[in-house]
Amino acid sequence: MLLTTISEIPLVQKVHQLEKQIGNTPLIPIRNVFWKKDVQLLVKLEWQQLGASVKTRPAFNIIKSAIGRGLLHQGIRLLDATSGNTGIAYAHISAVLGIPLTIVLPENASKERKRILKALGVELIYTSKFGGTDEAQEKAQDLATKYPDLYYYADQYSNPANWQAHQLTTAPEIWEQTQQKITHFVAGLGTTGTFVGTSKGLKAFNPNIQSIALQPGTALHGLEGWKHLETAKVPAIYDTTLADQHLEISTLEAYNYVKQIAKKEGLLVSPSAAANLAGAIKVAKQLDKGTVVTLFPDDASKYGEVLQQLF
Amino acid sequence: MAQIIIPTPLRKFTNNQAKIDSNKNTVQAAIEDLAKQYPNFQKHLLDEAGQIHPFIKIFVGEDDILDLDKEQTTLENNTIVSIIPAIAGGSYNYYNLLK
Repeated sequence: MLLTTISEIPLVQKVHQLEKQIGNTPLIPIRNVFWKKDVQLLVKLEWQQLGASVKTRPAFNIIKSAIGRGLLHQGIRLLDATSGNTGIAYAHISAVLGIPLTIVLPENASKERKRILKALGVELIYTSKFGGTDEAQEKAQDLATKYPDLYYYADQYSNPANWQAHQLTTAPEIWEQTQQKITHFVAGLGTTGTFVGTSKGLKAFNPNIQSIALQPGTALHGLEGWKHLETAKVPAIYDTTLADQHLEISTLEAYNYVKQIAKKEGLLVSPSAAANLAGAIKVAKQLDKGTVVTLFPDDASKYGEVLQQLF
Repeated sequence: MAQIIIPTPLRKFTNNQAKIDSNKNTVQAAIEDLAKQYPNFQKHLLDEAGQIHPFIKIFVGEDDILDLDKEQTTLENNTIVSIIPAIAGGSYNYYNLLK
């Protein structure tokens, strides 16, 4: 009998096998934190996939696209700047594919994140706690320029494979799971990939679907991954024509919903998930009839400090 | 005179000033004074009760004020005060100013 070890399976075949573990997350109704006759509020539980967050979708598509174009293989390191879920998603996928991974992140990224990344075998390069992700991006860009044979720089903020992941997967899933009934899509802006890709995909199915973009109410905030576009560097992939409405959500509103979602819906979610629900509820309250969909990007398991503060 | 480093996203509320001198003796007094001088700055730093938002970290020199005397940490001459978000994300790049 001839045995094949996992390292002998061609990379493209491994990517194909892995694809089954990406996306296809459940869509569930919210009925206790909010209820209104003839208005349905639905959320996608994005932590129920490999890597435990919504970022697995863009991370996988970025990697798949780079492999397809011959830019990434087992002999080159995948490199990106991220303090959050994208890094963890890259780490899970890279581990399966046998691609070495280097993540540049600010030193004040949470201990939980650093521990997860180390456990998955990631090489970590720290930048100053004062520089935020901008400095991490600059460092990653410097490394990629200096050592082009050593690194493939994924650059999630500018890479179209980021938003295309949501156009290809998130949007059709929502369209099918709501049986074509979705009327409003609500999502926070970070890299803006989720909002841009899902909105484009849904509007292609039905141009009357309304897309509502959420932002933190203040320049400094506690919504991991979100950007206050008025004061932040706007990601290159953001498409300003897509949002039908913009709403602001404060960190304290989000913290309040973390508590309510835990007590009334039995789900312990991240502050950005709670902020998405806060926005979706604002939209749902304005309607007499409709189906409002948002995402819970991740659960609360990586937010020990926030949980300690809230409970 | 202590020096407060204004993070890039907040500079539009301080007439693009990157550093602001303060003659106040504590972190709380310096932040309140800053908020008084630049009213649009206030909501980004203080909550409705006038307390520094829990998701903002203040550093005096290299030390988090939570490891010192919190908001009552005293400021001495030439002390550098830095305001950074508690999370590592966002788009803040004022490290170069500290070099």
